[in-house]
Amino acid sequence: MSTPTQARAEREDSPAQFGAPVRFLPYFDWRQYVIYIVFAVIFAVFAVTLSKDGFLNHQNLLQIVEQTAMVSVEATAMTFVIAAAEIDLSIGSVAGLASVVTALALGKFGLGLGILAGIGVGVGAGVVNGGLVTVLRIPSFLVTLGMLGVAEGVARWVTNESAEPVTNGSFIQVFGGGSIGTVSGLVVWTLVVVAAGAVVLRKTAFGRQVFATGGNRIAAEYSGVSTQRIKFAVLLLSGLAAALAGMLYAGRLQSGRFDWGSGDELSAIAATILGGTSLFGGGGSVVGALFGSLMIGLINNGLILAGFGVSQQEVIQGVIIIFAVALGRRK
Amino acid sequence: MRGISKSFGRTRVLTDVDLAVEHGEVHALLGGNGAGKSTLMKILQGVHQADAGEILVEGEHVHFTSPRDARDRGIAMIFQEFSLIPTLSVAQNVVLRHEQKAAGILLDDREARVRAHRILDEIGVDIDPRSRMSDLSTAQWQLVEIAKALAQEAPVLIMDEPTASLTRTETASLFRIVAQLKNKGLAIVYISHRLEEVFEIADRITVLRDGRVVQTSPTTGIRMDELIAQMVGREIEHELQDLRPRRRDGEPLLEVRDLHAGEKVRGISFTLAAGEVLGVAGLMGSGRTELARALFGVDRIDSGEIVLHGRTLRIKRPRDAIDAGIVLVPEDRRQQGLVLDHTIKSNILLPSLRRLVHGLARPLGLGGLVDDERGEKVATELFARLEIKGGTTRTPVRLLSGGNQQKVVVAKWLATDPEVLILDEPTAGVDIGTKTELITMIRELAGRGKSIILISSESLELLAAADRILVLRDGVVRRDVDRVEIASEAALEEMLQEAA
Repeated sequence: MSTPTQARAEREDSPAQFGAPVRFLPYFDWRQYVIYIVFAVIFAVFAVTLSKDGFLNHQNLLQIVEQTAMVSVEATAMTFVIAAAEIDLSIGSVAGLASVVTALALGKFGLGLGILAGIGVGVGAGVVNGGLVTVLRIPSFLVTLGMLGVAEGVARWVTNESAEPVTNGSFIQVFGGGSIGTVSGLVVWTLVVVAAGAVVLRKTAFGRQVFATGGNRIAAEYSGVSTQRIKFAVLLLSGLAAALAGMLYAGRLQSGRFDWGSGDELSAIAATILGGTSLFGGGGSVVGALFGSLMIGLINNGLILAGFGVSQQEVIQGVIIIFAVALGRRK
Repeated sequence: MRGISKSFGRTRVLTDVDLAVEHGEVHALLGGNGAGKSTLMKILQGVHQADAGEILVEGEHVHFTSPRDARDRGIAMIFQEFSLIPTLSVAQNVVLRHEQKAAGILLDDREARVRAHRILDEIGVDIDPRSRMSDLSTAQWQLVEIAKALAQEAPVLIMDEPTASLTRTETASLFRIVAQLKNKGLAIVYISHRLEEVFEIADRITVLRDGRVVQTSPTTGIRMDELIAQMVGREIEHELQDLRPRRRDGEPLLEVRDLHAGEKVRGISFTLAAGEVLGVAGLMGSGRTELARALFGVDRIDSGEIVLHGRTLRIKRPRDAIDAGIVLVPEDRRQQGLVLDHTIKSNILLPSLRRLVHGLARPLGLGGLVDDERGEKVATELFARLEIKGGTTRTPVRLLSGGNQQKVVVAKWLATDPEVLILDEPTAGVDIGTKTELITMIRELAGRGKSIILISSESLELLAAADRILVLRDGVVRRDVDRVEIASEAALEEMLQEAA
C-alpha cells in the first residue's frame, strides 16, 4: 500500500510552509558534546574527592584506558552499526568465541594460523549476520540475538566450558599482554582502531553513506546508495571488531574462554549512545563512543576507589548512563 | 458551513465560503489544486479551526477543536489512502474505537465480527470479516474504509477521491453503494477531479476557486465545459507568462518504447529531445508517478525499452539510472528526497560522493577520502545559484520551508550533472513565490540543454513550463500534444477529462 498520494493531499494548503525558522548563525547542536561535558565533570569530581585514594595517579588513569580497551574497540564498530540504524547484539559472545578459537589454533598451528582463525571467526559471524539481514531481510536485532546464542554455545561446546590456555609469547606480546615502553599495547590498539574508525566514518564516501542509510534509508536508496551493501558492511565490521576484542582478551588473560567479553554488547551500545550516536541512526561519533567507553570505566574505577561494592557500582553506573543519555536526547 | 474564512500566516486560503449539504444528497466539491477544498474539509473535520464563520449540524451550532469533536458530532471521513491497520482483521478495523466490551473489560471479538458482517452486508460487499487487511486488494481496502466510516453511524460522510485507485467495475459498485447510502438519508460530500463521475453521482455541485465559492448549482443545470471554465478562471501568474515555451526539433535524446511496469504502467512510449520540457498530465491513478518510478529504477520494469543516446539502458535500481544520467525529484521529498536531519551540504553531496573522492584514492571506491574542499565548493555554488534561503549550507534541511527543501533536492541532482531530470509534482506544498522560481528554473535548465520530464497535476504549471504535453490515462499515453496547440488551461483540462 503506497502512501504518497495521501501525503500530497495533506501537504496541499498545509500551513507548515509558512513561518519556517530563519537562521543566520551556523547551526550548532550542543547535544553532540554532552559526553565531553559529563566526562569532564565526573573526572573533576573524582579528582577532587578521590585524590587521596590515588585516582589521579598516572598508573590508575592508564589502567582505566586498558580496562576499557576491548569495549572501546567494539564501540567503534558499534557506532557504524547504530549510525546505519542497525544493531549488533552478538559482539560479546563473538569475542568469547574468537578468544577460544584463537587459543585452540595457537596451540595446534602456531602464531599465523592462530591469528587468522580469530579473524575468521569475526568474518564468519559478520557475513552470517550481514547476509541474513540483507538477503533474507530479517531485522538485525533478531539475527544478532540468535548469533549471540550460537556463538556462545559453540564456544562452550568446543572447550567443555573450560579456559583454553594461551602460551604463545609473541601473540601475548602483540595482543594485549605487551607494552611499548610504559604504554600498554591495549592503549595502542584502542588509539589505532578509534583513529581509523573516526577517519572512515567522518571522511570517506563510505562513512557518509552509512549516515545517509541510517538517516533515511529510502532517500539514500533514491540517491543511489546501495543501502543493503552498507548494512552488510557495517555488520561485517562489527564482527571483525568483536573478533579483535576477543583476541585482546586472549592475550591479556593468556587464555580463551567462552565468557570473555560476555555482556560487552550492552557496554558497547551504552558507550555509543553516550557518545552522541542517535539510537535511530543517521549520525554518530567514534571519538564520542571512545569517551563513552572511558566514562563507563572511569565511573567503575572511581566507585571502586571510593569503596563501593560491585552491586552498588552497577546501580550508580546505570543511573549515570540514563542521566547522560537524557541530557543528550533531542526534544 | 456558513461564511467560513481561513488564513495561514499572511496567505488567505478561504474567504466567506458557504456550503450546505442536505440529508440524502451527494454534494460534489470541485476545484483545482490550492482552491481550498482540503482546507475546507479539514475545518469540517476539526483539524483546522476557521478564523470566521460557523458550522451547523442539524441546525445546531457546533464548534470543533479537534478531529474527535467532529467524529462525535457524526462527521466521518473516507481517506484517499486509508486509515486502516494492515495487521488487524477486517472486523477489528471496522469497529476500531467503537468496540463493545464483553464482561466489562475484554473486547468482544464475536460481536465485532457480527457487526462488521452486518455493515458489509448492508452495502452488499462480500468480504470475510476475519480476513487480515494485508491480504486484501486495494479495492477491498476502499470498501472496508467505507464500512469503517459507516460503523460510526455518522450522518455526514466526506469522500476524498474515492475512485483514484479503483478500476471501472469497482467504481461502478462503489457508486451503487453511494446511491444506497444516499437513500438511507446520509449527507455525502464527494471530492473528485473526474468530472464524468461527478455528473454521474452528484446531485449538486459547488465549485471553489482561490478560496471562494464560484457557484453552487444542481448537476442537471450545468454542462461540463461550463464547470471547467469556472474551475480554471485563474490568471496565469505574471512572471510565468513570459516563459514562451517553444518546440525543439532536436534528435531524440531519450526514447521510451512500450514500457510496462506493474499494474499502473501498461505500455508507455514517448521520445524526449535535448533541451525539451515534456509535461506529463493525467488524473490521479493514471500512472504518472509510476512512470517516473519505473524510469528511475525504483519499480521493476516488466518489459519495454529505455534508450538514451541510442544506447539501451538496463535500469534495475536508482544507481543504474543515476549513472546513466536520469535522475528523479520524487513526489514525497521528505520521505524519498531528503535526509531531513542532515545538513543542506550533505544532502546535496550524497549522490556525488563517489566523484568527490580525492583523485589518488579513486581506486579505493567508497573507502576513499572525500575531498571536502571541493564538496564545499560544489554545495556552496548550488546553494547560491538556486537561491536556497533559510540558513547556510550547514543548516539541517528539516529547518527549511517546503520550497527550499525542494530546491535542495534539485541541487543534489544538478551536482551530478544529469541529462534527464524527472520532477514529480515539484511544486506540491510549495509557497507561490518559490513555485514561480522553480518553474523559471526548469525553463532555464532546459535552456542549458537538460531534458526535463515534468509531472504535474496543475495545468497552469504544465502550460507555463512544457514544450510538449503527454496525457496519461490507465497507464497509457492518450494524447501527445505540442504546447502551442493548447490554447488555454480549460483546453488542457478538457483533454484530461476526455482522456477519461
